[in-house]
Amino acid sequence: MTMTVGTSLAERAQRVSAVAAVHADDVDAKGRFPREAVDAMIAERLLSIQIPAALGGEDCSLSEIAEACSLIGQSCSAAAMVFAMHHIKLSSLVSHGAGDTWHSAFMRRVSDEQLLLASATTEGGIGGNLRNSICAIEIDGDTCRLTKDATVISYGAHADAILITSRAHADAASTDQVMTVFTKDQYTLEQTHVWDTLGMRGTCSDGWLFKGEAPKEQILPKPFAEIAAQSMLATSHLLWSAVWYGIAVNAVSRAQAFVRAAARKSPGVTPPGALRLAEASNLLQLVKSNTIAGLREYEAAKADPDRLSSMGFAVAMNNVKIASSETILAIINQAMLIVGIMGYKNGTPFSIGRHLRDAHSAQLMISNDRILGNTSNLLLVHKQDTSLIG
Amino acid sequence: MKQKIRDILAKHGGLPVPVDTLADDADLYAAGLSSFASVQVMLGIEEAFDVEFPDNLLNRKSFQSIAAITRAVEGLTGSAEAAE
Repeated sequence: MTMTVGTSLAERAQRVSAVAAVHADDVDAKGRFPREAVDAMIAERLLSIQIPAALGGEDCSLSEIAEACSLIGQSCSAAAMVFAMHHIKLSSLVSHGAGDTWHSAFMRRVSDEQLLLASATTEGGIGGNLRNSICAIEIDGDTCRLTKDATVISYGAHADAILITSRAHADAASTDQVMTVFTKDQYTLEQTHVWDTLGMRGTCSDGWLFKGEAPKEQILPKPFAEIAAQSMLATSHLLWSAVWYGIAVNAVSRAQAFVRAAARKSPGVTPPGALRLAEASNLLQLVKSNTIAGLREYEAAKADPDRLSSMGFAVAMNNVKIASSETILAIINQAMLIVGIMGYKNGTPFSIGRHLRDAHSAQLMISNDRILGNTSNLLLVHKQDTSLIG
Repeated sequence: MKQKIRDILAKHGGLPVPVDTLADDADLYAAGLSSFASVQVMLGIEEAFDVEFPDNLLNRKSFQSIAAITRAVEGLTGSAEAAE
């Protein structure tokens, strides 16, 4: 007898999600890398789905990747966030490196070898603004060298390559940045900070002193300002939102299972949590609609660099991030109130503590205050879109 | 008009280099123009030339260089003379 193995992207992501679910509590408790889930992503070849088919990938849209983020996020926030961050980095390569020999060949390698990409945009002394760098890349003939005090490199120790920002040259302004791909054999990492946090513990976002040397052709040919505006910021807000939606969905599913169990025990009596469940379901739908609308806007703007770097688009993406990061907390809090002590306790089928702790990272990864500050500045000149359908 | 734009850029651009050292076609972002400062420059220009930037001009390209800003303002005022 042969078993049919589902080959659709959703089925593949579901299998990863099932593996992630088994280890999620252990990943959280130990603050360890979700190795099993990432191995499952590699086995399902999910690390290259965004890459063009001509380079060994599957040409998946951001919406398809978002769906996978949400499915994995329903089991293990950390595994889903690693997957999201990998694809955020990949979006910069796909959008800005496709015409370039080295970066095209590298994407082929990512497909063939299922390489995991990490990001190093944070630096000691820049105050959290990734559009500023202190360190500068040094170009010496055909070689480039970089030393960076990277206060956060999520899963840095587990990545196969790091995409890292720096000033474009020794005399460049702090905002005149480039992004360079360094492969694992081209850098050393010396640990400077330990990631011991409230939630999202498995992303292992330790701090590192990065020292790398590589051929200079590995510098992405576009200024980082354009990469940030046209691929990184939008894909970050959208894929993060997809992960957060996944966390909230699972919390609501647990709360719903709890309410249904109570309802079955006493037919005819509406359980006390039922009304809150209806409210949570309502908020969940808002996050879903918000994320879908953002994904549609991105897919529509994708082919047009001017639209991607327009203020209207930046405002829309900022708003997606603010709304999903704030609303999931309200949703998961509702779920906790519905379930009560069984949700507060770890190790029950209705535990929601991990969800709540993980969800608290959402407002901080790119601080909502910074994003609101950015939007408020843009709204001084950008006029609100007054259309409903657009 | 270009001089007026240069004055606004010097006042609101927050550039680490003197505006006089920049050619008309120099990349302002490479010179250190942040997205925050670019909005302040836009506001200064809107006030000085009594124009409003429509949303299709609110992108990086319109503020890439002094020449690009000049083109955008000329487009809004009809001509360089009209704005003087």
